[in-house]
Amino acid sequence: MPELKVTPLGAGQDVGRSCILLTMGGKNIMLDCGMHMGYNDERRFPDFSYITDGSLSPFIDCVIISHFHLDHCGALPFMSEMVGYTGPIYMTHPTKAIAPILLEDMRKVSVEKKGEQNFFTSQMIKDCMKKVIAVTLHQSVMVDNDIEIKAYYAGHVLGAAMFWIKVGSQSVVYTGDYNMTPDRHLGAAWIDKCKPDLLISESTYATTIRDSKRCREKDFLKKVHECVDRGGKVLIPVFALGRAQELCILLETYWERMNLKAPIYFALGLTEKANNYYKMFITWTNQKIRKTFVQRNMFDFKHIKAFDRQFIDNPGPMVVFATPGMLHAGLSLQIFKKWAPNENNMIIMPGFCVQGTVGHKILNGAKVVEFENRQVVEVKMAVEYMSFSAHADAKGIMQLIQHCEPMNVMLVHGEAAKMEFLKEKIQQEFNIKCYNPANGETSVITTPVKIPIDVSLSLLKAEAKKFSSLPPDPKRRRTLHGVLVMKDNNVCLMDVDDACKEAGINRHVVRFSSTVHLNDSGPSLATAHKLHGFMKDKLPQWSVTFSEGEISVESVLVKVEGDDDENKNVYVSWTNQDEDLGSYIFNLLNTMSQ
Amino acid sequence: MKLYCLSNDPNKPCHVLTFREITMMLDCGLSMQSLLNFLPLSFVQSNRLLSLPNWMPNDTSDPDLEGELKENGDRVFVDSPPEFCPPLDKLVDFSQVDVILISNYLCMMALPFVTEGTGFKGRVYATEPTLQIGKLLLEELVIYIEQCPKASFATQWKNFLRKCPYPLNEAFTPKSWKHIYNMTSVNASLSTIQMVGYNEKIDVFGALQVIPASSGFCLGSANWVISTEHEKIVYLSGSSTLTTHPRPMDHHALKNADVLIMTDLTQTPISNPDSMLGVLCVVVGLTLRGGGNVLIPCYPTGVVYDLFECLSGKMQELGVSNCPMFFVSPVADMSLAYSNILAEWLSSVKQNKVYVPDEPFPHAMLVKSNKLKHFKHIYSEGFSTDFQEPCVVFCGHPSLRFGDVVQFIELWGNNPRNCIVFTEPDYDYIEALAPYQPLQIKVAHCAIDTSLNFTQANKLIRDLKPKTLVVPECYTQPPVSAPNLTELVIGNHPDSTLIPYKWGEVINLPLKRKQAQVFVDPNVAQNIIPIEVKPGISLSTITGTLSVKDNVHNIQNTSGDANMNKPVKYEWGSLNITEFLQKLSQEGITDAKVESLGGNVVVIHLQDEDALIQLEENSTHVVCNADEQLRTKLRHIVMQCLKKF
Ligand SMILES: [Zn+2]
Repeated sequence: MPELKVTPLGAGQDVGRSCILLTMGGKNIMLDCGMHMGYNDERRFPDFSYITDGSLSPFIDCVIISHFHLDHCGALPFMSEMVGYTGPIYMTHPTKAIAPILLEDMRKVSVEKKGEQNFFTSQMIKDCMKKVIAVTLHQSVMVDNDIEIKAYYAGHVLGAAMFWIKVGSQSVVYTGDYNMTPDRHLGAAWIDKCKPDLLISESTYATTIRDSKRCREKDFLKKVHECVDRGGKVLIPVFALGRAQELCILLETYWERMNLKAPIYFALGLTEKANNYYKMFITWTNQKIRKTFVQRNMFDFKHIKAFDRQFIDNPGPMVVFATPGMLHAGLSLQIFKKWAPNENNMIIMPGFCVQGTVGHKILNGAKVVEFENRQVVEVKMAVEYMSFSAHADAKGIMQLIQHCEPMNVMLVHGEAAKMEFLKEKIQQEFNIKCYNPANGETSVITTPVKIPIDVSLSLLKAEAKKFSSLPPDPKRRRTLHGVLVMKDNNVCLMDVDDACKEAGINRHVVRFSSTVHLNDSGPSLATAHKLHGFMKDKLPQWSVTFSEGEISVESVLVKVEGDDDENKNVYVSWTNQDEDLGSYIFNLLNTMSQ
Repeated sequence: MKLYCLSNDPNKPCHVLTFREITMMLDCGLSMQSLLNFLPLSFVQSNRLLSLPNWMPNDTSDPDLEGELKENGDRVFVDSPPEFCPPLDKLVDFSQVDVILISNYLCMMALPFVTEGTGFKGRVYATEPTLQIGKLLLEELVIYIEQCPKASFATQWKNFLRKCPYPLNEAFTPKSWKHIYNMTSVNASLSTIQMVGYNEKIDVFGALQVIPASSGFCLGSANWVISTEHEKIVYLSGSSTLTTHPRPMDHHALKNADVLIMTDLTQTPISNPDSMLGVLCVVVGLTLRGGGNVLIPCYPTGVVYDLFECLSGKMQELGVSNCPMFFVSPVADMSLAYSNILAEWLSSVKQNKVYVPDEPFPHAMLVKSNKLKHFKHIYSEGFSTDFQEPCVVFCGHPSLRFGDVVQFIELWGNNPRNCIVFTEPDYDYIEALAPYQPLQIKVAHCAIDTSLNFTQANKLIRDLKPKTLVVPECYTQPPVSAPNLTELVIGNHPDSTLIPYKWGEVINLPLKRKQAQVFVDPNVAQNIIPIEVKPGISLSTITGTLSVKDNVHNIQNTSGDANMNKPVKYEWGSLNITEFLQKLSQEGITDAKVESLGGNVVVIHLQDEDALIQLEENSTHVVCNADEQLRTKLRHIVMQCLKKF
């Protein structure tokens, strides 16, 4: 049986650093190449030495990136330019546009702020992006003669895609991060019934059934409103693209409706640029935005203004969006340090935070945060977590499984304990196998083979004709019988006469005939009718036909001869191919005669 | 496989292909040449048009015809809302069409005629730009006509055609012409479209696969590859090998087809689009510098994007960049906006701009810097204040029968400093101008048609090597405009059989399917034991349960029934009599008497038993009465003497 092998180098029972090795039909495919935001050492990047110590090019046939989040593409320049990979990298157009910006942003934070050594350079990001081939949704792309890939809409962020990958008869769907419910600017993930051998799904919210979107939004707005009413400052750490745009739309409309005056700032030079991407890739947003974009650009905000560093110490209430999203570096962390000690203030974490980040610490209730330079910050501000990350929840994951009908499921990009729970549920509900390998652990999945062969149309037509001539019986199986001719490199199934002709040989027909003496008065035709009824009775699964006094079943012929007196000769004849049937009928008649 | 040709205009094609019980319409073009027989529609009363004299045939005095026909110069026009020539509906019942494939937005204008009120229940496939921009074209057309309602509809003139002067007397099937659809039909029709991406494999009832391949002609334009496991049909519509703004043409997908249907070649076989563009720039420069205005009748999308880009640069060079460009169309804003969000469908140069991120077309910049101003109509708010002469105006419709262009001709037609430049190739410019004559305005003809010319088409055929090539008959003869240029034809290609077709014809295409595909279950495959019957030729029987779902055939193991699982073998070759007799005696049968019946027929009598064996070259008949033991023994011996697979 053919096999599929999957080894997570990251995201195995873990969130962050998605990087999954997939081997199918002798091809090696890397799914995502992310970095772990919670580490500053070598654990930050996937362990490529698992594959080889040298260049990866001979070992990897292609790399597929699901979306622009750094935990899915952050290690790409490291992999291609520093470890060494010259092969193709596939991603959607928006991902190709936005990923290099986020990579450069992260590089700056890491190298310039944190002084990290041995990091990739700006040039490396550019060189890496040159290896990228952009794909469009639903387009079938041949990576080489054997690997075919196709992207499906994943919702999660602008340009996020799920990828269907096919090599030979095997197929896999890798979801990346996805979202099964439409949000303010993106649509819901969609896939057709592609029945892959394996579905590799993220499981960030494996056990969460999120409350309705509307409730979460109301809750969020209420908390922000209360905080600014009491003169507090609200910090919302976000990534430049994605959630940020959704929250901006939300606050903008609320401010408008409630006529609020407290300033909202978006603390990033990227804002306008980021919104430009949304404008140009508007075809990737949801229906409503697409329909109205000519009249009104959803991403031109009236109430939201650019932030200046000096505003940090301004008195009075304000709402600030700042990057990065997990409070692990940069401006959001800087603002946090200033505002954390004041209980009037509030921080809203709108997304998931990986272990090791400040975001993760305070979400786990840390009241004091220590930094590398021994700086200690007391956390008195209110800390709120709002699950705005557009990931599929348990219900969504189950929905996706239902839609695409995989033979096996693998969970990645989630926490081990939560995965176990969902795994049980999937196995029970769908009666299919579910895997959740840890990093470095290989899952081997066997897949059924279906071998395509050519068949002569006349053979199929003859079968169809025969089948439809029988009385309808839902239990009756259709049988196809033919001869496979293997000639040169062609293989074709055809009926035996065509096969002999094609092979240039003569078939030799061997026929057996025997006569049974039967005592039955009356005309021989009447005897034949009786026998026909008798045989139909005895051979319910067969088509027993009667024509011109002769009874036939397959190649077996039964003829009655003799005068109107008692003695009848029943002549039975069959070809060697119907030996079992022929001798059975013969014996049947023989027994009857005695 | 049959091909029905429903359109008389190879540039507004409409075909129906039947194949594997699927009825598939290829394009849904609307021939609009009929428009040229009508008087222009003007939304402000045009005294000149109103005062045109009535025309009546010499010997006729039918009062019903009175006022339907007007005369200007040597031309006669119908004074009525314009009519269109929809695809022929006599050959194919549109309710039976399963699928419609649209190649580009210029080939879908007849869609509401086909899908609405006909019982059509099928699906329409088109790319996203084809749908979005096609929608704009349909809307524009409806708005243009609906904004100028006519009090009366002329009907009688169709009964007097033979008495009318040229070209009205030669109008193509005017009795089948129809008035334009309304917005409700347009929207209903467009809702049947399913958007597809380039190279997306679309399954059609499990019987066929269709794939759109980029055709390089305009935003989202596609050629269609229709295939099964064993056959490939390529439908090639508007295609271009030139580098303009769309994604380049994908040749690879079109190779080695069994049948290549080729249509929608250039309408300007003699001129070259690049030199036409050069002439256009010179004409615009000269006119503006001379203080005149330039009027460019055009569609609201397509080459016009390239014209904005090219002209703005040229006007800068010539020092006339202070002259504004006006783009007037009910869908101008939508067209400009859409063109800049369809990056994935553009040439790589344009596509790379969005990674910066810049708009792929410079017209967004031109709008920001007020060099290009767009309005829905000339009576739209702001137009009169912004209007400034000399200027360049882009507006529709290229037929000059409706749209804002009618007003601009009224406005500028009598001034020889102005110039009207024809860039769209769809209409004969002399015919287009005929109802307005006499005019003082200069006329320049710079039709820019980027679709394949005959040299390119013939080269493409040589590369693609189709077994059968199907083209409109008119492509096998030199163009009417240049009967001496015999190279302007689709010639004979040694590798391909050429089949020409005409409007209203049904062509039988030589595609005899002999093979299909089945999927064999591994358990069944395990039982395959190939037996080499000749060097390089092996045979093996296969028996299995056949399951058919969505036209996909699978062979699985015949589980359960032991009888069915027994492999059936076949004997072949001839039986050697000496060997057979030897084996008989080894088994203790020594009384065999051989009798030759002539020919190659030999009968072996087993005298002590009630049995005989008749041997022929390709058959053996064992006649054995009542003794099963003996028969089984004989069978065993016969089998030993024959080869099997
Ligand atoms: Zn993500």
